Amino acid sequence: MQQIIYFFQKFKYFLFYLFLTILSFAFTFNNLNFHKSKFVNSANSITGGFYSQVSNISEYFSLKEENKRLSEENTRLKNQIEKTSLRLSIDSTIIDSSKYHQKYTFTSAKIIKNDFTKAFNFLTINRGKKDGIQKEMAVINSLGIIGITDNTSNSYTRVQSILNKNSKINARLKGNTAYFGSLEWDGNAYNTVQLFDIPRQAPIKIGDTIETGGKSTIFPEGIPIGTISKLYEGNTANHKMDVKLFNDMSNLVYVKVLKSLDKKEIQSLEITEDE
Amino acid sequence: MNSTFKITLLFFLLLFLQVFVLNNINFLGYINPYLYIAFVFYYPLKENRFTILFLSFLLGLLVDFFSDSGGIHAFSLLTIAYLRVFFIKLYFKKVLVDFPFFKLKAEPFGKVFNYVVTLTLIHHFILFSFSNFSFQNFSDVLSNTLFSGIFTLILFFLTSYIFIKEE
Repeated sequence: MQQIIYFFQKFKYFLFYLFLTILSFAFTFNNLNFHKSKFVNSANSITGGFYSQVSNISEYFSLKEENKRLSEENTRLKNQIEKTSLRLSIDSTIIDSSKYHQKYTFTSAKIIKNDFTKAFNFLTINRGKKDGIQKEMAVINSLGIIGITDNTSNSYTRVQSILNKNSKINARLKGNTAYFGSLEWDGNAYNTVQLFDIPRQAPIKIGDTIETGGKSTIFPEGIPIGTISKLYEGNTANHKMDVKLFNDMSNLVYVKVLKSLDKKEIQSLEITEDE
Repeated sequence: MNSTFKITLLFFLLLFLQVFVLNNINFLGYINPYLYIAFVFYYPLKENRFTILFLSFLLGLLVDFFSDSGGIHAFSLLTIAYLRVFFIKLYFKKVLVDFPFFKLKAEPFGKVFNYVVTLTLIHHFILFSFSNFSFQNFSDVLSNTLFSGIFTLILFFLTSYIFIKEE
């Protein structure tokens, strides 16, 4: 017994260090796991409150670009309205099969904290459970995709950015073909992501547009992502290519959170008995 | 000002400076200084080391909370807080009875420089290895450690030259 007490006396600092180390390791590993991260994140009321105070000041610096983006989006939407009203005034109805029939609701949100320099980046937005935000919803803006919601508190939500090594998003080529692959990030440049697993026979050239594929319940079809900027030659299994994002991920203020209304129905079909 | 108040002030000052100002510098795209490690350098040397271990863990964890990084800041700051005594004994040749009288600014600059550089590089190396979390891009870890380390050191020596007055 005395031996044990002596042991603890001698190594008390090291044991304390070891204990805190294990604690921080547990936080680190949990944070890397999308489905487990619970405790250490910026979507709690204290850090969220601080960040929203700071972003109230710092949003003035990017006001000009944000206004430009908004007015461009307004013009685009107005053009769309004009097109539809033109079509409605014609007698014969045109069935436009290229229109998507999906049901989503939009919630606007402001980014109060943005990261793009690390290997695992997260954003924090000022909407939470009380605004109906849940885990695994799509976050986009007018230019393209931003990420997927992760942790929610009452009034703040953490978003896993597409610039996160864990992020995996279904994407496809825009146009007539429906070849799809998965979009990942290698952790290097913040304006470039990587697209994998597009079949070899797909006609691809530099400059082709990539959009979301709609094969998951999170993102709807046809949200723009970026253009192909580099093709990797060689017979690798995964057929990698670089995609330059439309979004400047270092300069984001306002985003929209998409809630899929059919998500439960689709997921209930996908659950099999033996799981 | 008594020393508890000073330490509390330093703790929160470094925390908010780090998360709201220094984390957003992104010099040349990715280089950020990590000045909050100055807490370990300025915390008074005591025989009981539980408080510094716990406080540096807490400071690192709070930085983690703000930057969504799990526990990497907590672990790296905790490690240099634990290794501090070893390097003080190595560089400044201090023994246990000298500890209450130890002051960083009273020591010759060369020794202080060695001590600060060693701990800063250890901290940055652990931090970037864990934030990268793979052996891919290992050269990035090394270059990040070097450049961010230089940035941190310049900032640390400048601020300590400006703000810490001779008594």
